[in-house]
Amino acid sequence: MSTSSSAPASSTPARDGLGKVALIAIAVGVLAFAVLPLLVPTYQVSILTEILIFAVLAMAVDILAGYTGRTPLCHGAIFGVATYVVVYWSQQGGAPVTGLLLGVAAATLVGAIFGLLAIRTSGVYFLLLTLALGMIVWGVCLRWTSVTGGENGLRGSVRPEMLAGHMPFYYAVFAVVGLITFIMWRFVRSPFGLTLRGIRDSESRMRALGYNVSLHLFLAFTISGFFAGLAGALYAMFNDFVSPSTVALSQSVEGLLMAITGGIGTLFGAFIGAAAIIGLENFVSQYTERWPTVLGLMFILIMIFAPQGVIGRVRDLVRRR
Amino acid sequence: MTDLLHLEGICVQFGGLKAVDDVTIRVPRGERRAIIGPNGAGKTTLFNAITGMVRATSGRVMFDGRDVTRMPVHARAAIGMSRTFQITNLFPNLTVAENMRLALRGLSPRKFSLLGGGSLTAEEHARADKALGVSRLHARRDVVVKEMSYGEQRQLELAMALVAQPKLLLLDEPAAGLSPSERVIVSDIIRALPRDLTLVLIEHDMDLVLSLVDYVTCLNNGKMLVEAPPAEIRTNTLVQDVYLGKARHHA
Ligand SMILES: Nc1ncnc2c1ncn2[C@@H]1O[C@H](COP(=O)(O)OP(=O)(O)OP(=O)(O)O)[C@@H](O)[C@H]1O
Ligand SMILES: [Mg+2]
Repeated sequence: MSTSSSAPASSTPARDGLGKVALIAIAVGVLAFAVLPLLVPTYQVSILTEILIFAVLAMAVDILAGYTGRTPLCHGAIFGVATYVVVYWSQQGGAPVTGLLLGVAAATLVGAIFGLLAIRTSGVYFLLLTLALGMIVWGVCLRWTSVTGGENGLRGSVRPEMLAGHMPFYYAVFAVVGLITFIMWRFVRSPFGLTLRGIRDSESRMRALGYNVSLHLFLAFTISGFFAGLAGALYAMFNDFVSPSTVALSQSVEGLLMAITGGIGTLFGAFIGAAAIIGLENFVSQYTERWPTVLGLMFILIMIFAPQGVIGRVRDLVRRR
Repeated sequence: MTDLLHLEGICVQFGGLKAVDDVTIRVPRGERRAIIGPNGAGKTTLFNAITGMVRATSGRVMFDGRDVTRMPVHARAAIGMSRTFQITNLFPNLTVAENMRLALRGLSPRKFSLLGGGSLTAEEHARADKALGVSRLHARRDVVVKEMSYGEQRQLELAMALVAQPKLLLLDEPAAGLSPSERVIVSDIIRALPRDLTLVLIEHDMDLVLSLVDYVTCLNNGKMLVEAPPAEIRTNTLVQDVYLGKARHHA
């Protein structure tokens, strides 16, 4: 289903081949996530849950980095805003569903505000501006102790009784993430999604064709913030706890690195990236405390040796055949 | 007011450089106009001022009876301006069909559809087919643009500007960098355009341009030098001095 053929009647053979490979890969991926939890120890089921949640964050990053050509470094913060709101709401005794809605709404709003400020920049300026905006959120969460609990963070009980166990929760997340992924896939293939790829390739041509580029960028940023918020809300249910590290820069870097590792502009690559980064994080932390250092090294190595990511690599190989 | 485009005393200044210096031009509806002039004469900058890519430092741009001097680029496109670029400006990672789809959707509200399918309506399909046909790209729909030859990319430049069905079509050296045989294709495409479409064409190739247009404006150092019909341009001594000599070297 992820052929990128554009004219339905007459796509070239290379693209049909790619379509088949992609379909099989997606089927294998879905099957793996459906069956794996039954085969691994409980501790690892929660790792799988985390992978699914962070894949949504990475896809949200990919909407901007891959499809729109604007690489953001604030999505961890947007994600974390949702987490904070959801956990705070449950700590205050509010209904979980309302909390989830409020959390996603708050993240979308933060995304919209960041979007307004950032869309006039591009390239490294965009990267730095979004980084600074994310740091503001982190600063607020750290200092506004009366609400956020400062460094100690907040503990809530977001997860309903029914989903208390690892397994039921995993499969609930599996279903929700499946639905979100489908919606995001429709989104990137929609006329609006094509508009974003046009902006990535040439803003001046888009303007000359009648597109209000700033408006489209603003909408893209807001929508991307909405999806990051969905991931953050799920994470609140998963973790029942939030602290400034959830909105820290490292979270934004991780989200971006997942998107890049899987393959920028491929959407589904997010799952591969999330699995690789979270898997590595769990592995590395058995031996050392220096995960941020390892993360930084990973970032550099990937940018040098595989900037097109896993799916990008595979796609190149298939094309070349 | 039968003029579709009326430039009143347009100046564009870059720091100390007056790239366009007090240019006044009237283009009546349905006319085919050429703008010629040596390298650096300010032709592209004048296009940029007409379309809004740069703001005129002073002067007014009147289009279709409206003052558009302060209007952003996309709004000018929405009221019927369409242009091609001297330096090929396409969507290189997308296919020809996707490039055309973006060109078609620029003025349609469907560009905001967030979850809809990408397929074209029958009417849009017909328009895309026609523009691709005129530009001789109908067999290249599914090719990714960066994999096409330079000549084909120039043809796509034209197709994308055409498919929007503009009132005013601005072509910035559509044949720049093409081989003689490819130039013939481009001039055929231009000749086949609807006769009622108002056209402004920048071109260095005298033989090409003089056979295509009704009227010629020659710029030099940002200033208007001569305005005359093609037959008089050939023999005009001012034009020969500043332009024809250099153009021979250029071609
Ligand atoms: N954005 C800009 N900033 C500064 N100077 C510019 C800019 N754009 C154009 N110029 C200068 O303005 C002058 C006119 O340039 P322009 O591109 O309009 O010429 P042209 O007539 O289109 O030339 P050519 O035939 O080479 O395309 C040149 O001296 C150019 O260097
Ligand atoms: Mg020029």
